[in-house]
Amino acid sequence: MQPFTTLEAIAVPLDQPNVDTDQIVPARFLREPRQIQAEIYFYDLRYDDEGRPRPEFVLNQPSYNGARIMVADRNFGCGSSRECAVTVLLDNGFRTVIAPSFSDIFFNNCFQNGVLPIRLDADRVKQIREMLHFSPGARIAIDLANQTVLGPDGKTDHFAVDSFRKDCLLKGVDDINLTLSYEGDIAAFEARQRETMAWLG
Amino acid sequence: MTAATMFEKIWRRHIVVDRDDGYTLLYIDRHLMHDGSAMGFAKLRERNIKVRRPERSFATPDHYVRSDSGRIDDIVDPRHKRMIEQIGENTTAHRVTLFGLGDARQGIAHVVGPEQGITQPGLTLVCGDSHTSTHGALGALAFGIGTSEVAHVMATQCLWQRKPKAMRVTVDGQLGVGVTAKDVILAVIGKIGAAGAVGHVIEYAGSAIRSLSIEGRLTVCNMSIEAGARAGMVAPDDKTIAYLEGRPFAPKGADWNAAVELWRTLPSDAEAVFDREVRLSAADVEPMMTWGTSPEDALPISARVPDPASVADSAKQEAMQRALDYMGLTPGTRLDELPVDRVFIGSCTNSRIEDLRDAARIVRGRKATVPAWVVAGSGLIKRQAEAEGLDQIFREANFEWREQPGCSMCVGMNGDIGKPGQRIASTSNRNFVGRQGPGVRTHLVSPAMAAAAAITGHFTDVRQLPV
Repeated sequence: MQPFTTLEAIAVPLDQPNVDTDQIVPARFLREPRQIQAEIYFYDLRYDDEGRPRPEFVLNQPSYNGARIMVADRNFGCGSSRECAVTVLLDNGFRTVIAPSFSDIFFNNCFQNGVLPIRLDADRVKQIREMLHFSPGARIAIDLANQTVLGPDGKTDHFAVDSFRKDCLLKGVDDINLTLSYEGDIAAFEARQRETMAWLG
Repeated sequence: MTAATMFEKIWRRHIVVDRDDGYTLLYIDRHLMHDGSAMGFAKLRERNIKVRRPERSFATPDHYVRSDSGRIDDIVDPRHKRMIEQIGENTTAHRVTLFGLGDARQGIAHVVGPEQGITQPGLTLVCGDSHTSTHGALGALAFGIGTSEVAHVMATQCLWQRKPKAMRVTVDGQLGVGVTAKDVILAVIGKIGAAGAVGHVIEYAGSAIRSLSIEGRLTVCNMSIEAGARAGMVAPDDKTIAYLEGRPFAPKGADWNAAVELWRTLPSDAEAVFDREVRLSAADVEPMMTWGTSPEDALPISARVPDPASVADSAKQEAMQRALDYMGLTPGTRLDELPVDRVFIGSCTNSRIEDLRDAARIVRGRKATVPAWVVAGSGLIKRQAEAEGLDQIFREANFEWREQPGCSMCVGMNGDIGKPGQRIASTSNRNFVGRQGPGVRTHLVSPAMAAAAAITGHFTDVRQLPV
């Protein structure tokens, strides 16, 4: 996993609430390899029924080219647990999503892939989205160590992140390797459980 | 010890390591796998690791199964076929129990787990699927995870978790005639919203929940995720214990007695405090349906299509308008006047024997006026329904009694999809844009309501069809 320390990049505003993972990767593309999934992300929002790009959709607008930060609305990533909803963002350059709230599974999946989900106050997120619409191509700077977001208006917001997840991201540490270092604790737990819940085997 | 919620009790019993940064290494008792778990196995292969506890892991293909055939050679799309083949190869290589195609026990993972007695009170259970919340109906702590976490559980039988908060949804009173578990959960989601329970584990309580069958409780817990909840649970009681007794993977003999003794200690203590409480009166719940593109867009069948002009917030207005445009609806139209093009009865929400009986009761002696499918949740349910003659009732009413259990039209990834613009009455759990195929309009309803819509050709208050 690639570490995440700081990021200064163009941000793209996505106004809809409850953007579900079927919008990010429609189910009919789930069996495709990761490389193809990266090309079809947000397919039904980016293209119309005849496969023509919808110019009004924000990810089709050239002024946001090269964006690496997505600023979304409440309950982003709700719905299915499909992890490709995170990897398609990553593979299209996005390392951060800022939103008032995320679905729990999507939120967890972000940390597994080196993507930083940032929760900020709903009014502030709305304000940032408005700025990004008003000045397409405006940039945001994120500093994970200091837990700050520097908005396009020069205002700094502090965000909360679990220190466990923060450390893993800063170092690019993989969960499985970390957990295997607790093998003694896991084996001890299993030994205890064999006595208290023998029927589980 | 201070008073504890059921969730708290189960959580405590599964702590392997508690770090002082608020993260817990939680032990996972049961891991369910499906055809989509292939990616988790691939991650394990990359590291040359075996599944740590294969005897705690169970697999069944469901997402990519074709509902018209149980033969793997009939799967036309080679990529779909490969997904099903891989589950066989992976479970053999890792010595995981498989309920494969051709085995009567095969079905939707969230139907098979409880049916086989794999799901039990007091256990932690995960699966790489968001509807894993279903299993909480038996008093387990069950939640969905992504592929990386699937691989993590395969490798370590544990997960790193921050403890969620506890929320109680109490539904007291008696449900009216024609009102089902599906209507209860749609009413709950309509009330608290699609993000209403984010970060929380919901415990469903109250006399209306107690009076639900296990099947009904499974339906309620199944859709907890549609309210954003990490998990949904119902305290185990006599019904739970009676349901589990004798099931293949349930404890036997002396183990059974020890297990029951433990299960009796799980319900939340009377003085336990929840972080959030929500109350609903059962008498106020009507047969429900969704009108929009989020499960929170739920209304009683007696309502009308809502008007964005009635909403103050401009962002909400926009979202509502976008949903109405996609769904092809005009504000003010009576919901029970909306025509239906197609009906789907199935999915991990509503494909159990009680669901099929409910639908058959409405269908008996009548004819469907639009194409209607019934897809049983497992081979054993299909067999039982056939033994009860339900398949005959459906067939005589021109319903299609589909051959093979699986996710079918709920997921839009196995070939079972609608056509653009079609309006579908569906007993599934998600009415997202494109969920049942590009441009398809999904309205979520109970099995009885879906059956009624198939008969009349439009959404219908099931209470108006005499049984």
